[in-house]
Amino acid sequence: MIDNNWEAVIGMEVHVQLSTASKMFCACSTDYLGAAPNSNVCPVCMGMPGVLPVANRTAVEKVLKTALALNCAIPEKSKFDRKNYFYPDLPKGYQISQYDLPLSRHGWLDIGDRRVRVTRAHLEEDTGSLKHAGDALHTAQESLVDLNRSGMPLMEIVSEPDLRSAEETRDYAVALRQLLRYVGASEADMEKGQLRVEPNISVRRRGDEQLGVKTELKNLNSFRALYRGVEYEIRRQVEVLEKGGEVVQETRGWSEAEQRTFSQRTKEYAQDYRYFPEPDLPPIVIDPGWLERLRGELPELPGPRRRRLAQQYGLSEQDARELTAERATADYFEAVVAAGAEAKPAANWVIQESPTARPEHLAAVIRLVGAGTINREQAREVLATGREPQEVVSERGLAQLSDEAELGAIVDAVLAENPGAVADYRAGKQQAIQRLIGEVIKASERRANAQVARHLLEERLNI
Amino acid sequence: MTLSREQVRHVAFLARLGLAEGEEDFYAQQLSGILAHIDRLQQLDTEDIPPTAQVVEVINPLRDDVPEPGLSQAEALAGAPAQQDGYFLVKAIQEAEP
Amino acid sequence: MRRRETTPSELVERQLADIEARDGEVHAYLRLTPKLARAQAAAADERYARGEPLGPLDGIPIAIKDVLCVDGVEVTAGSKILAGFHPPYDATAIARLRAAGSVFLGMTNCDEFAMGSSTENSGYFPTRNPWGLDRVPGGSSGGSAAAVAAGLAVLGLGTDTGGSIRQPAALCGVVGMKPTYCRVSRYGLIAFASSLDQIGPFARSVTDAAQVMQVMSGRDPRDATSAEQPVDMLSSLEAGVEGLRIGVAREYSEVEGIEDGVRARVDAALLELESAGAELVDVALPHTDYGLAAYYIVAPAEASSNLARFDGIKYGASDATAGTLAETYLRTRRHGFGPEVRRRIMLGTYALSSGYYDAYYLKAQKVRTLVARDFADAFRDCDAIVSATSPTVAFELGAKTGDPLAMYLCDVLTLGGNLAGLPGLSLPCGDSQGLPVGLQVLAPQWREDVALRVARAYEMASGFTAQVAPA
Repeated sequence: MIDNNWEAVIGMEVHVQLSTASKMFCACSTDYLGAAPNSNVCPVCMGMPGVLPVANRTAVEKVLKTALALNCAIPEKSKFDRKNYFYPDLPKGYQISQYDLPLSRHGWLDIGDRRVRVTRAHLEEDTGSLKHAGDALHTAQESLVDLNRSGMPLMEIVSEPDLRSAEETRDYAVALRQLLRYVGASEADMEKGQLRVEPNISVRRRGDEQLGVKTELKNLNSFRALYRGVEYEIRRQVEVLEKGGEVVQETRGWSEAEQRTFSQRTKEYAQDYRYFPEPDLPPIVIDPGWLERLRGELPELPGPRRRRLAQQYGLSEQDARELTAERATADYFEAVVAAGAEAKPAANWVIQESPTARPEHLAAVIRLVGAGTINREQAREVLATGREPQEVVSERGLAQLSDEAELGAIVDAVLAENPGAVADYRAGKQQAIQRLIGEVIKASERRANAQVARHLLEERLNI
Repeated sequence: MTLSREQVRHVAFLARLGLAEGEEDFYAQQLSGILAHIDRLQQLDTEDIPPTAQVVEVINPLRDDVPEPGLSQAEALAGAPAQQDGYFLVKAIQEAEP
Repeated sequence: MRRRETTPSELVERQLADIEARDGEVHAYLRLTPKLARAQAAAADERYARGEPLGPLDGIPIAIKDVLCVDGVEVTAGSKILAGFHPPYDATAIARLRAAGSVFLGMTNCDEFAMGSSTENSGYFPTRNPWGLDRVPGGSSGGSAAAVAAGLAVLGLGTDTGGSIRQPAALCGVVGMKPTYCRVSRYGLIAFASSLDQIGPFARSVTDAAQVMQVMSGRDPRDATSAEQPVDMLSSLEAGVEGLRIGVAREYSEVEGIEDGVRARVDAALLELESAGAELVDVALPHTDYGLAAYYIVAPAEASSNLARFDGIKYGASDATAGTLAETYLRTRRHGFGPEVRRRIMLGTYALSSGYYDAYYLKAQKVRTLVARDFADAFRDCDAIVSATSPTVAFELGAKTGDPLAMYLCDVLTLGGNLAGLPGLSLPCGDSQGLPVGLQVLAPQWREDVALRVARAYEMASGFTAQVAPA
């Protein structure tokens, strides 16, 4: 893809909407998607005169938990600052954010063999949103402002430029989403705007120490868009440089329709945000007791859990990875095992069938299958009832037919009715027996123990 | 410290304050006069002095995460200079410094 | 009223009639709320008739500075840019007064966004001093001070960022108090400089001021900076000054531009306090000169950010006659803000801007530390510091409008209390050239009780309480 003489250097800025019940600095609901415009607002998130912000404890704690999970250093004292700029989606004319004393810094996240350093994770408030009446931002004659999103709690996670490819960049975002869901910080649904990724990308000749000029990429609404956008941008920059041109430092947008990036601002000017300490919010003092309590509330994180599952249950790396993709899946798997199922069949069931049954029901069903009492087909039927499996089996007479005398009669009948298959088998077509087993199962009203049926068929056919 | 006309123009733009004809000079002169008084601060050695952002220490007055109803759309838009379909209406957004 | 000699409704009608008769020349009020006042008074009538008044403020008319939000009542911060804005909420201080039975007469004039020391920066009209109609009432809370001085309200509310309650109280000959920073919730106070602003009362007696303080003070969950501190403004009010050490700072008594008449009245007041049993001690406030400079960085810097929300999009005035949003911002804010507000926004923006932050904003914050330390050191040797509130008596309208720095110097004795977050009050201590002179009492943080006690002791010793200025 890209010429081996070039190396991409990528850092990530990620904004995460935290899953709280109320907004960051006011008591408005966070459930704004689908609400009529400007109906999920209050004087505080509308920036009315005289009103004051009060920080949401849960939002602070979700950042701290994420920071702990990202191995960050957490200071004893953190504060909020004002970032001043004018924009119609910013009702106060400043965003409450964090500047020089963020809630955390200096962490890392491992992506396969690569350790991506996390510069900082801090807390801020989201802006409102704009609509441009079917037109593009810069050409629309008028725009519409909706403040429903204004004041949503937002965590910003900034990484060092440690990523080297589109693939790594996507993997980092995927791993971050997994972590956010594990710690319960956010649902991190990209399509809902709960996870917004902004890679900054530069390229340099392999071996160069100096970083190239970077561009920042926006409008990436899926992991696929992230991958493609970064890939496109790396190729574009290499082409520009190879033709002797220069990369312009700018913000570029990803066009899903055209599958390319485009310059978002024609006239860039240096922003001067005039950060200063937010006088309306006292500093946050993070005492060791608070931090220890939060640490205690953290679940086992994806990496350690994957390794433990593989080792403890003798699972393959692949199975362990799939089981730990979501915390709920891993929890479910372990609950099934704890309820008495063997690990390997439990892993198979969970991965292949994504069952929703109660863990003890699935464990019971797995035991029944293992003991030969019911077959897999019957197992699904039992699980579908949502009731105690043993009861369902007894009640419906579902117990697998393993009795050689009873099953023998069915086998004899099937052999008599299927001379073709018998002839095929005898002519050396071994797979013909599958057809006969199928017929036996059908004739037994799906109760036949397939193992026993095969055994009886072979006994008779091999005479 | 004195302020040049260019600085006045830049600061006025940062603050989104329109200036009338001749006001650049007026403010350059007035602000320079005030800054001349303020510049006495530079006489003090404050190397080892911590800054005071908040003069009374109040610690962690965080809010419980409990939602409460806010304003209706009609209340939210009651004072809007221009509105359309439940939105605040603004003129064309352009980002560049003039 | 407890003695049923009059009723809240009679009182409010009398006040409305007085306002009708006299406010045409004082111009204390920007807008009246007679309907609200009459409804509140009628409710108070019933409580008194039942013998169940809510407390000492029940049925008492109060004038409210036009920076405090009263649910449904237009509030403009004295600015054209907020014309027509009706907040759908009460400021917490207002809600507490409402719950205590206060009767809201209307919104009083002030310097635009509380920036000024004469009320001449109002976006509407200047207010005049009831003791001399050619004189300013001080500012920025000049309307409330003038209303109380002219008898057009029993009580008034102001805000004090650099002296905006104490200085007009001094110039109008009434009692005005600025609480400890964090003492009274700022929720619903249209912010000027958030780390300095406090709401406080005007009254014609120290006791009345203490009653209002008692009602308004205390922790408010809507203001993260409001403190959890016990509130007791009243129990030591009559304790006298016997055994108290009163600090006198030369930097204050010999401040540049102090008038002889003012100094003479303050010296006499100190002697009265001494004869009432206080011990006078010398204290030093060596960074006084720098305080003004630090203040005129910190306050404009915060203001430049606080006033960014007035953008012509969500409420208030808007000039969207041009085709772009950029022009809407520039025109709305050019025409909506007056010259002093624009001057301070520019000064503050400059002090925070890239390349100047360390030299100005950060430096000012460090000097703020030095000023606060001066007071902390001084309060090791004394219980309260007494001085003039203003170096001068009320000056003539227009005398300082062309010279911003001269106007800023009006606050030189008061703004230290804001930088250090101290409670302070001003009370009348006689007159000079026929105009009131104010005595300032500053106390350590949370010790409003000490400031009030000293002030009450002076009132008792001198036999001098605030008078209604004759019409």
